[in-house]
Amino acid sequence: MTTSPYMIELREVSHAYRTKAGDLPVLDDLSLKIPENSFCAVVGPSGCGKSTLTRLVSGLMKPSEGQVWLHSQLVTSPRPTVGMAFQNPVLLEWRTILENVLLPMEIVKSTMSRAEAEKRARHLLELVGLSGFEDKRPSELSGGMRQRASLCRSIIHKPDVLILDEPFGALDAFTREDLWCTMHDLREEEPCTCLLITHDLRESVFLADQVVVLSGRPAHAQYVLDVDIPAKRKLDDLYTPRAVEMLATLRHQIQVAQGRAADADAPLAQHAPPAKPVRRPIPGAMQ
Amino acid sequence: MNDTLRKILAPTIFIVGIIALWEWAVWYNDLPDYRMASPSDLVPRFVQFWDLFLIKSWETLWRTVVGLALAVVVGTLIGMIMGFSRFAREGLYPILVGFNAIPKATVVPIVALMFVGQHDFNTVLVAFMISFFPIAVSVSIGLSTLEPEYRDILRSLGASNFTIFWKIALPKTLPEFFGALKVAVTLAFIGTNLMEIVSPHGRGLGDLFDSGRISADYPLMFAVLLALAALGILLFYVVVILERIFAGWAERSPG
Repeated sequence: MTTSPYMIELREVSHAYRTKAGDLPVLDDLSLKIPENSFCAVVGPSGCGKSTLTRLVSGLMKPSEGQVWLHSQLVTSPRPTVGMAFQNPVLLEWRTILENVLLPMEIVKSTMSRAEAEKRARHLLELVGLSGFEDKRPSELSGGMRQRASLCRSIIHKPDVLILDEPFGALDAFTREDLWCTMHDLREEEPCTCLLITHDLRESVFLADQVVVLSGRPAHAQYVLDVDIPAKRKLDDLYTPRAVEMLATLRHQIQVAQGRAADADAPLAQHAPPAKPVRRPIPGAMQ
Repeated sequence: MNDTLRKILAPTIFIVGIIALWEWAVWYNDLPDYRMASPSDLVPRFVQFWDLFLIKSWETLWRTVVGLALAVVVGTLIGMIMGFSRFAREGLYPILVGFNAIPKATVVPIVALMFVGQHDFNTVLVAFMISFFPIAVSVSIGLSTLEPEYRDILRSLGASNFTIFWKIALPKTLPEFFGALKVAVTLAFIGTNLMEIVSPHGRGLGDLFDSGRISADYPLMFAVLLALAALGILLFYVVVILERIFAGWAERSPG
């Protein structure tokens, strides 16, 4: 086939790094299909080649074998229709937050004028809750705020594909959950196809339409979970029995990938029904 | 205490204190001026030769600045080559370290012979040779330690290597560059004066120092040292101001 009906498609992609000790295979026959405007999360044991995957999709590297398609085009080099955000927000310290967000506009050829781009940047910053910080320097912001600014930068040039390499990984739990919600808000206004690399199963279920579990190295797609939480997700949705079941399935698959559980197809251990909440009186509290 | 007041008051108190201590030490030990001239001996020299001091200071200053400018250009170029190419870095490092280890006082007579008669060029050359090393090293370290994500963020948008250098690598290296430039400033002065004193050609503060030595005018020699210190402070603070302008973002507010 010389085209792809999907926004992102990986066809039988294998990749190996050359090292002194010989070739180190990282990906083995990995296939992925991500439809337009859907959100795909990739989870897997550490060191299984998740970051390699982002570099292949963004065109920073070419796979040893197989093909990567973006928007019906074979990827051979980096392309400006891609936005990226990393665990490290990599903001430029000598620029203000607004100038940082506008950085891609200085490189990508766009139909937007400078004034339009600036208006858009201010709007995005407002959307992620950073209005009033446009003229601050990154060193004046907290880690969560920097990551918010980094997200704005990754979509300022209206990419059709957004690649997120553990962007919330270094944040504390509450800030991270805040940013998940921000991510939903952003996508509601700016639909784009997302590929998220993460270690956090709850994050993958909360954000994604499909979760792909990679096997241990060399990695292939071991399991694909279709997340059936309806749109307009709230954090509470993570605590429904259905969500817990999905999390347990993913957990099991990760253990299989790590080689700690025997069989990928073995049935899960039966979950005990959720216990009735027990109310204990708080000592000293007014009754 | 008020911040600006302290910034003016603190150096003034220390300078006055040290001059007073110097004056007192010479007087107390009853030292003759050929062993240790006192500050009060220097004032008449400055008054008597003020026009010479101005002319010679200017001669020393402009050659130092030209040598330094050359060091900035060449040092940055070498640093860029070493920063971007591992092959060049591994090849050039031992050569640079070896070159830097040669005492420049031994190079001066060789340079004076090599370019005989071209005093301005010789002086600038020695100032350059002694001061480009820290700049080259700091630029190369700054560039080679650039985190790969910074590169990826632009490369994934299809930016050229030159764009990456111009937008990210260069500004990110500026704080290290200015740190090295502060060291290079004082080194360049040493270079200029080495040339002026070791291979006298009648120009610069080094010449004034030499004439003090020949005519046994010891307080004049001390006066020249003070003039050199003043020039060094001047140029150093010019670099500090440039640093504030171009790399002020790297300065964290205290606390």
